[in-house]
Amino acid sequence: MEEQKKLTGHEPYQPTTLGIDSRKLGIWVFLASEAVFFSGLIATYLIVTVRSTQGPYPNEVLSLPLVSVNTFVLIASSLAMVIALSNAEENKIHRTVIWLIVTAVLGLVFLGGQVYEFIHLFHNGLTLDQNLFGASFYTLTGTHGLHVLSGIIWIILVIFQLLKFRGDASQAAMKVELTGLYWHFVDLIWIIIFTVVYLLYT
Amino acid sequence: MATQAGAVSLQPRRATGIWRLLSTTDHKEIGLLYIYSGFLFFLLGGLEALLIRVQLTQPGMRFLSPELYNQIFTMHGTTMIFLFAMPILIGLANYLAILMIGARDMAFPRLNAFSFWVFLFGGLVMYSGFILGGAPDAGWFAYAPLANPEYSPSHGMDLWAMGIILTGIGSIVTAVNLIVTILNLRAPGMTLLRMPVFVWMVLITAFLMLFALPSLTVDAVLLFLERNFGAPFFLPAQGANPLLWQHLFWFFGHPEVYILILPAFGIISEIIPVFSSKPIFGYRALILSGLTIGVLGFMVWSHHMFAVGNSPASDASFSLSSMIIAVPTSIKIFNWIATLWGGRVEFKTPLLHAIGFIAMFIIGGLSGVMVAIVPFDQQITQTYFVVAHLHYVLFGGTVLAVFAGVFYWFPKMTGRMLSETLGKWQFWLMLIGLNLTFFPMHLLGMDGMPRRVYTYEDNPGWALWNSLETIGSFILGLAILLFIFNVIRSLRSQEQAPDDPWDGHTLEWATSSPPPAYNFASIPTVRSLRPVWDQKYPEFTDEDSSKIDPEPPGSVTIPNTDPPQPTDHTEPVEGNIHLPSSSFNPILIAFGLTVVSYAAIYALWFMPVGILISMAGIVLWNWETP
Repeated sequence: MEEQKKLTGHEPYQPTTLGIDSRKLGIWVFLASEAVFFSGLIATYLIVTVRSTQGPYPNEVLSLPLVSVNTFVLIASSLAMVIALSNAEENKIHRTVIWLIVTAVLGLVFLGGQVYEFIHLFHNGLTLDQNLFGASFYTLTGTHGLHVLSGIIWIILVIFQLLKFRGDASQAAMKVELTGLYWHFVDLIWIIIFTVVYLLYT
Repeated sequence: MATQAGAVSLQPRRATGIWRLLSTTDHKEIGLLYIYSGFLFFLLGGLEALLIRVQLTQPGMRFLSPELYNQIFTMHGTTMIFLFAMPILIGLANYLAILMIGARDMAFPRLNAFSFWVFLFGGLVMYSGFILGGAPDAGWFAYAPLANPEYSPSHGMDLWAMGIILTGIGSIVTAVNLIVTILNLRAPGMTLLRMPVFVWMVLITAFLMLFALPSLTVDAVLLFLERNFGAPFFLPAQGANPLLWQHLFWFFGHPEVYILILPAFGIISEIIPVFSSKPIFGYRALILSGLTIGVLGFMVWSHHMFAVGNSPASDASFSLSSMIIAVPTSIKIFNWIATLWGGRVEFKTPLLHAIGFIAMFIIGGLSGVMVAIVPFDQQITQTYFVVAHLHYVLFGGTVLAVFAGVFYWFPKMTGRMLSETLGKWQFWLMLIGLNLTFFPMHLLGMDGMPRRVYTYEDNPGWALWNSLETIGSFILGLAILLFIFNVIRSLRSQEQAPDDPWDGHTLEWATSSPPPAYNFASIPTVRSLRPVWDQKYPEFTDEDSSKIDPEPPGSVTIPNTDPPQPTDHTEPVEGNIHLPSSSFNPILIAFGLTVVSYAAIYALWFMPVGILISMAGIVLWNWETP
């Protein structure tokens, strides 16, 4: 990017009409669409779960302590992301990278917890084709898990970009901020899922 | 991760030949790719329509087997909605909305390329059913339980679900791209209320795609999981209510109707003022009514489900909200008529199509109000009356508007004029053909002829009307052949089209035909709703001098003579023009997702390969300097 700046005498990112970085606006708009996507899945869960005609039912198999710990891990990862961003804004690239690694590791711990939970449920007879609860539970939480996984991959890509980054500090902070917006959104969705799936039925 | 139009090197990397096609990130080239692919799918969908019509010419015919008939009408609907109408409108938006706001490219050129490829591959996935042992066969709205494996045993509906998910990803990404571009990359002085109506309609449409398509994606995911992994989402035996499918589908499906018609409204609103030599009448009313339609569009979905036994209160409220939509729509129609009124009207081919659009859309709109009335709907639901209604709004509406737009913008996109004579022949053939094909369907529908059934009893009058419809459909086919001849003839001619053949109003006419890669030699400054008109005719300007922005220092006004013609359009004129480099990563990621789709249906173990291909594309995407 420095090279480009020298070549053109320009910032590589052109000024925008609204004064907001286009990538940031793009993420916000995209997340609005994701919100509708998850609304559809959550509504489906709420509508079909109560219609299950055979067990296991939510209150028989879901384990609140395990998921509470997992939820705490995911919220902690959001906190790590906030710290990473504030370091990026102060141009402390190495600290940013460390906190991004913490975020990604906490995300992985969450995913590990989810895999453990799925195995536990599977052994208790809850499969995708067992009943409507199983079908909608795995679809909703599985889709969320895939979003967490995408977020982790994104964070790893940002870490590599930051490690070889030699440009304007505000651009580094922007990269972290974009990832952060997505990460917090996925976290927020989990809090809704935690409420709807776990607190409501157990 | 995405990049911005400005984030490009001085001399963009560009491949040549077929490689250039596969790696382009130029919004005009991608727009043309959308338009050409959309048109090819239109020909396929049209061929399917002709097969349907031949089968229905006489009662009891055996031209198509019932199974093949199911596949053909399913793919006809799917093609026309998802693979023709949406892409071709997105293509026009891609090409023109960017020029109209005075930008150099989309906000995210590589995502734009990704959207196109993932749409194209999605369409091919759906069509691959014809060679893989059965195309989709449960109708374009794929009602469960009809789409359950019990009634649709081939892999057709699996391919359909995957194709829907892929094209849906493409549409959502395009929506994000269009919204950000229109909001964020406007030329100086291009305030929201100076944007051409077409750009406004594209913006509203992009929001509709953004909020409607996820619902369809959820539906397709559920259907796919049910068909392949036994998740009982729509199985009544497991307690499920198959109406879930319809609610999720129509929550997408009705906004989809406006996704298909709002850009058409936009095209008409550009053409009518130009050929009337007048500013558009009631600009703000047009935009406000478009916004109203967009919002109301999300509140009417259940009017597709009046016959499923919802509560009378629910039916009544959905009926009322549906009828209210007639109000903003009528406002638009009165605006167009008032624009024509007292203007110096030139009946060129684009305007003929636009006027044909108004007339046909009024018929389709009125039958729309009829089917919004619950007792009437319960009589004609699942009959040919509904088919007549939807074809008057989609063929009489969207298709005529698309042709109006193609005739209007063809010189800008290709640098060649289409023949007016052939265009007028085409218009009249289409008008006669479409009325002959679709009007009798109203009568047959009220007489009780069911839709989607491969043949019918020899009831009095049915054979006659059906034969006439078949004749009408072939007249439509003839009109399309005439259009293809017209296009080929023009493209092979040597005659260069002028930059501004219609005495246009909006910024796309300020650049050359076709525009150079950088669109404008210098970014124009906008001072009114009709920047190019005001430049040409300062004495007739509708600029309000009290609202003119002070001229920014060093700004350059729009060139009203020929813009600078560099020998090579990839050479920047001023040294500081940024153009996006081409990239193979968008098509690589889209290809990986396609591999994932097939693997999910046929061989789960192969899925990691597709994921790795997509991941490679994503990693390389982050690697390259945009």
